[in-house]
Amino acid sequence: MLPRYILRRLLGAIPTLLILITIAFFLIRIAPGGPFDDDKTLPPEVQANLDAKYNLDQPLITQYFMYLGSVLRGDLGPSFQYSDYTVNELIAEGFPVSLRLGGTALIVALVFGVAIGTIAAWRQNSRLDYLLMGSAMTGIAIPNFVLAPILILLFAVYFGWLPAGGWSGGAARNMVLPVIALALPYMAYVARLTRGSMVETLRSDFVRTARAKGLPEWKILGKHSLKVALLPVVSYLGPAAAAIITGSVVIEQIFGLPGMGRYFVQGALNRDYTLVMGVVIVIGVLIVVFNLIVDLIYALIDPRIRYE
Amino acid sequence: MSTPASALSSFDHAAASSGRSLWHLAWLRLKRNRAALAAAVVLGLIVLMVCFGPLISQYGYATPHWEQISAPPSLETGHFFGTDSIGRDLFVRTMHGGRISLMVGLVATGVALLIGVAWGAIAGFVGGRVDNVMMRVVDILYALPFMFLVILLMVVFGRNILLIFVAIGSYIWLDMARIVRGQTLSLRQKEFVEAAEALGVRAWVIIWRHIVPNLLGIVAVYVTLTVPKVILVESFLSFLGLGVQEPSTSWGALVNDGAQDMEFAPWGLFFPAVFLAATLFCLNFLGDGLRDALDPKDR
Repeated sequence: MLPRYILRRLLGAIPTLLILITIAFFLIRIAPGGPFDDDKTLPPEVQANLDAKYNLDQPLITQYFMYLGSVLRGDLGPSFQYSDYTVNELIAEGFPVSLRLGGTALIVALVFGVAIGTIAAWRQNSRLDYLLMGSAMTGIAIPNFVLAPILILLFAVYFGWLPAGGWSGGAARNMVLPVIALALPYMAYVARLTRGSMVETLRSDFVRTARAKGLPEWKILGKHSLKVALLPVVSYLGPAAAAIITGSVVIEQIFGLPGMGRYFVQGALNRDYTLVMGVVIVIGVLIVVFNLIVDLIYALIDPRIRYE
Repeated sequence: MSTPASALSSFDHAAASSGRSLWHLAWLRLKRNRAALAAAVVLGLIVLMVCFGPLISQYGYATPHWEQISAPPSLETGHFFGTDSIGRDLFVRTMHGGRISLMVGLVATGVALLIGVAWGAIAGFVGGRVDNVMMRVVDILYALPFMFLVILLMVVFGRNILLIFVAIGSYIWLDMARIVRGQTLSLRQKEFVEAAEALGVRAWVIIWRHIVPNLLGIVAVYVTLTVPKVILVESFLSFLGLGVQEPSTSWGALVNDGAQDMEFAPWGLFFPAVFLAATLFCLNFLGDGLRDALDPKDR
């Protein structure tokens, strides 16, 4: 059952990825300018040689199918901008950084978000509830590109506790501020979702039964209710996980981190066709995988859901 | 619990008054929600300021004043929010940026509204294979990393404000289509639709006269929650330097400029950031309030 379900889901994702690749491919190609438009114009022979080397002299549609072919073989092609590297190498370098940053932020957002939401629901309509949910709304309303400079100003410039940027091989000190800036809006959203569904769950019959049995409050909250209340949070996680890992474009730029996001914007501006395509494909695959994982977790939590 | 729909079907002549009473009830409940009301008032003030604020200043949003570079806020000079790194008045620029941000928010939401409601209502009403195909399209588009495609679009066609509207709007409509479809599916089962069908009313007329008006509640909620989302996306693009073009500006672009000089001119970050955050905050609060007010479960 399960392997077949997974296989079918992965096969079902192929058209999506194909559409994504097609849109992105032609979009970046119709952009005016090319990867070798530097300040100085190249001699026509050099330009012709370069074009021939990267197959840019072929008709666009031929290039498209050649590209699809190489993608199927797992080869994302050479980068135009970083001429000594292939796109595979560049992504292999940047992706772990983005993954580590995004993964940590996601865990932080999830743990604190769920905790805050549960407490707020437990003390519904109390001062504490209003305080927590008010803060959550603020967390949603302050974009992370506003938050990040403020964090830097406060903790790096003013107090001098943490570095203002840089990666240093992923040292914990360097991760703190970017993770906070990245996690906060998601944490706020998770808190709101958790509170909403927790409030509803706490009104349901099985919770009343558990209370009547005299179960300790933490057991009712943590064991019985949370499992049910987490469903909407889990379904939010799929898109959020993909967005948090890829959406660190801004955070990577502000903190000067060597992740995947900066490749994309730079690559697009420099018409580094293969690099842009490579990042888009990685992200597309990530979204597919995350959505699949979320559906699997969903079925794990809620046994009423079966894989068809 | 009587929904307006079933009331409509049992008392046809009372249709108008029962329709009004839903909104009347919602208004009564919204009035009691002080947080939402406060949000609406603050929002109104922001909109008024953005529209008429520049009139009380003697400066233009694009005129540099070289003798007043990065000047702090002051009432005497008339630079209420200070000036930026080339001496442009930040008060006027913040108001101007607000106009752009709010306009992007409204227009892109409008685009999303048109496509989303039409798409969702048709898919939900016609059902069957049409629904399957239409929703599959939404699913596929949903799985695309749209932020990246929008970035690509801005790079390809240059920064163009019209394109921002279209690009964001054409992505945001997906949520709207899903919500509207779900709602339409349940409305479709209602007796008044059946009655209209039995009378031989054409499908388009049913959708327009009977389905769409009943969707207004959920759509209103959704619009108030979409506008801040769009403003945020535009700010994000502007932050990456892909949004509106100088000397025009938006809150996102101003925040970006401000963040670069924040160490010696923090007012450049502070004022646009406060306006941006306050607007997003109020819109979200108002949307939540509206949702509670229009929620039929919560009478």
